[in-house]
Amino acid sequence: MEITTRGLWTLIHGMGFGGLYLLACSGALVELFLRFSAGEDGAISSKQVGFLKGYLIAMTVLAWLAVLTGAYVIYPWYRAVPAPGSPDLAAFPQRLLLSNLTTSGWHSIGMEWKEHVAWLAPISITMVTAVFSRYGREIRNHPQIRRAVICFTVVSFLAAGIAGFFGAMIDKHAPVEGGGAIHLVRGD
Amino acid sequence: MANGSGGAAILAAGVGAFVLGVLAVAADKSLAVKSALVFYRPTGQLSGVTTTAILIWLITWGVLEWRWRHKTVALRRINLTALVLLGLSLLLTFPPVADLL
Repeated sequence: MEITTRGLWTLIHGMGFGGLYLLACSGALVELFLRFSAGEDGAISSKQVGFLKGYLIAMTVLAWLAVLTGAYVIYPWYRAVPAPGSPDLAAFPQRLLLSNLTTSGWHSIGMEWKEHVAWLAPISITMVTAVFSRYGREIRNHPQIRRAVICFTVVSFLAAGIAGFFGAMIDKHAPVEGGGAIHLVRGD
Repeated sequence: MANGSGGAAILAAGVGAFVLGVLAVAADKSLAVKSALVFYRPTGQLSGVTTTAILIWLITWGVLEWRWRHKTVALRRINLTALVLLGLSLLLTFPPVADLL
């Protein structure tokens, strides 16, 4: 069982940073929606505020790592151009997708959307984290701010979901592979 | 606690997202814009589109924070503007919509 260096980076980007971010979104939404709504009477301890602040900071770091590794590590491999007349496009995912009408849409719609929409996730969640860090439990007394924070978190989740979906589908049709092989387990 | 800081962060995020959408379309439509936005060749114009949008977002945030941090602002209007900008950004980054422009 082995994995290539490029395959490993794709895994770190998608299943590591991106996947964890998507999982974390639901937790943040539940916390912001239930615990910090204006109608809630229960006291919010400093520990709970600190936990959510740390949670949101971790989400922000994950979101930025996901887009930065995507754009600056994996995307250059994805969009690499082969030598003219090269018959084997396996190492050139973008060209491989575009070479067939049944797969070209995964690039022209999927990747073209994913590469831009993904950045809405870190922009939105950075704002959410900064606002929560500033207001903390006071956010209960600012329903308008709370509503905006929840809306931006939802959009961030949606943007990351779109990017994740297309990333998985594109990698299924034209995986980013290459570089050295890393042996994981020796087969029988 | 005044709501100005919150308003500044919310509106700036909307502006940053919208600029990202506008630049993505501009780079797609104009060869001159496209080549001007190639900040890092292996990543192509995506490097310039995102770096420029992030810079504009952070500068907008800084300026608004500086002006509003001790003020109470009209958050309903600010939220609406920010969410419209965010929605437009989602639309502008969607290739079939960008192709209609």
